[in-house]
Amino acid sequence: MLGQLEKDWIQYVSIEGQLTEAGAAIWEEMSDRDKKQFYQWMVYIRSFDRRAILLQRQGRIGTYAPLEGQEAAQVGSAYALTAQDFVFPSYREHGVALVQGMPLTQIFLYWMGRVEGCKAPTDVRVLPPAVPIATQIPHAVGAAWASKLKKEKEIAIAYFGDGATSEGDFHEACNFSGVFQVPVILFCQNNGYAISVPFSRQSASETVAEKAKAYNFPGYRVDGNDVLAVYDVTKRAIERARRGEGPTLIEAVTYRKGSHTTADDARRYRPQAEVDEWIKERDPIARYRKLLVLDGLLDEREDEDWRKECDEKIDQAIREAESLTPLPPEHVFTHLFAQLSKQEKAQQAELREER
Amino acid sequence: MSPSTMVQAIQSGLYEALAQHDEVIVLGEDVGKNGGVFRATEGLWAQFGDERVIDTPLSEAAIIGASIGMAINGLKPVAEIQFMGFIYPAMEQIVTHMARLRTRTQGAYPATVVVRVPYGGGIRAPELHCDSTESLFTHIPGIKVVTPSTPKDAKGLLLAAIRDPDPVLFLEPMQLYRSIKEEIPAGWYEIPIGEARRVCEGDDLTLISWGTMVPVTEAAAKQALQLGISCEVIDLRSLSPIDEETIIQSVKKTGRAMIIHEAPKTAGLGAEITSIINEQAFLYLEAPVKRVTGYDAPVPMYALEDTYRPHQERVLKAIQEVMSF
Ligand SMILES: Cc1ncc(C[n+]2csc(CCOP(=O)(O)OP(=O)(O)O)c2C)c(N)n1
Ligand SMILES: [Mg+2]
Repeated sequence: MLGQLEKDWIQYVSIEGQLTEAGAAIWEEMSDRDKKQFYQWMVYIRSFDRRAILLQRQGRIGTYAPLEGQEAAQVGSAYALTAQDFVFPSYREHGVALVQGMPLTQIFLYWMGRVEGCKAPTDVRVLPPAVPIATQIPHAVGAAWASKLKKEKEIAIAYFGDGATSEGDFHEACNFSGVFQVPVILFCQNNGYAISVPFSRQSASETVAEKAKAYNFPGYRVDGNDVLAVYDVTKRAIERARRGEGPTLIEAVTYRKGSHTTADDARRYRPQAEVDEWIKERDPIARYRKLLVLDGLLDEREDEDWRKECDEKIDQAIREAESLTPLPPEHVFTHLFAQLSKQEKAQQAELREER
Repeated sequence: MSPSTMVQAIQSGLYEALAQHDEVIVLGEDVGKNGGVFRATEGLWAQFGDERVIDTPLSEAAIIGASIGMAINGLKPVAEIQFMGFIYPAMEQIVTHMARLRTRTQGAYPATVVVRVPYGGGIRAPELHCDSTESLFTHIPGIKVVTPSTPKDAKGLLLAAIRDPDPVLFLEPMQLYRSIKEEIPAGWYEIPIGEARRVCEGDDLTLISWGTMVPVTEAAAKQALQLGISCEVIDLRSLSPIDEETIIQSVKKTGRAMIIHEAPKTAGLGAEITSIINEQAFLYLEAPVKRVTGYDAPVPMYALEDTYRPHQERVLKAIQEVMSF
């Protein structure tokens, strides 16, 4: 199974934490700060993700889509973006959102079923999670296309899963990207499954990356649990887009360690040996940690302090989210239109009485 | 036989259909090995195999489009769309083909597809998992639309849909999947499409609802009875075609009518039913027909869902308003 996984992929850090030749060259050029930040973000995101699952079990948030196992794919790619770039995520990309500056409080609010969680601060160009699969991909194409038409430098990135590549929206978005040479990054986290359906059932193509060929732009397959490789491939794709050379499809091969959501039970459809292998052998954080240790960049004390700080930040965000005054029932009309009609105002007034 | 939930009743109906008719194919996302995200197809894949119970790639347009093709070539597909909020990619197939194929081929190729779709709110589901857009479909001539509110009706309506010679959209109220248990008959039985169910008899006011809103309406009717108001509750069950006779008979008796649905008010099915009553029982009315519905705003995320959807107190208040008109 792994042989097929590794087909034509880019890897810079082996699962033992060793740099490949190409990886070493890139590592050389990176600052210690960036190297540490990769790690810190991944640790932070994992702590948050685990806490979210606990909160769901306690009934404090609703159904939640965990991302553990996909931290490298999310951090590596998001780290390559600038704050001006537009991000069009699906529902599993809280890691990306955090790196791009979305406050953690918002992310908790979203999973508490509160619409406040959809709204990013004005300087954060992260759209609300797209729940209907693949529908955000054409938006990213449009946003990127607008940059091109306005002769601006920002690009757009769409995040989606392997399952999304079966939807028409994905293919139509690819086609537009190719035809109009749009500065967009189509970033697929291939975690092997769309709920219970394995990628082998999703597509007869061996890889997602090769689909780009039909649309005549580059497609790269990268070890999605190798944060360095993901970062570098995404960065190069972004540079290419900014130079006006068009779109890139990136397939980050990864795995979600847990269930699809807290309402799902992955044991029904995934072989335990496969899960174990990913958890024990291919964990993105463990691998990167080995590299940092080998390189003398990981200070145990510092690491412990950081984990504590993460917990505090998470506690704080939960407190903020849980103490935020609930929106009143009539809020459903507040942002329906710039100007409400008479009928809508009447309905809004009716809802006000529900308080 | 032990009492069944609605989701078990649906599973039982699918089992009967697969067992008795070789041409029945169940297909959709996660319906096979996983048994469906709500377990409505639990065990069917193991029992009937990969060519009868088919996990498809993630593509609603192709699920429905291919189902139409299968029907053209003699199979009887029962497709599952995972949630109503995700049926829209298949809208083109449903509206331009499924609904029209019989007409366009002058009877040669009716698109005899059943589309099962969980719908409605009330389970604190994530965004977009709570749509109740039945009137988008009842507006389309050429497809039938049904929804049960009890386990017994669920199995019977499903089997009727599967034997029906035309396309049927079968809406499954998620909130009721596991909330009610009742004995259901074993084997094959049908609840005819096009017939409403009189849930309880009353003299003062006719309450018409369907799916998730039936239990809410029933509860409000019980409360009203304590206030001396006797309501007749009708579970529409078949949203297209509508059982006009049952509605009109009841309204002629009570002289008052109210429709309760969780879909938004404007151009909702309540408007259609109001017109039917106005056309056929206007002179019997002692008060204007009233609607209690979801609001004309997108279904909110779940924190605001309980006040967005009609609830018992709202229905009761409306009952009192109609009675004091
Ligand atoms: C259009 C649409 N159809 C179905 C669903 C239900 N659904 C939610 S997630 C999912 C699987 C998605 O798999 P993938 O694209 O691989 O993303 P992952 O969940 O693995 O991150 C499905 C079928 C949906 N959200 N939208
Ligand atoms: Mg996936």
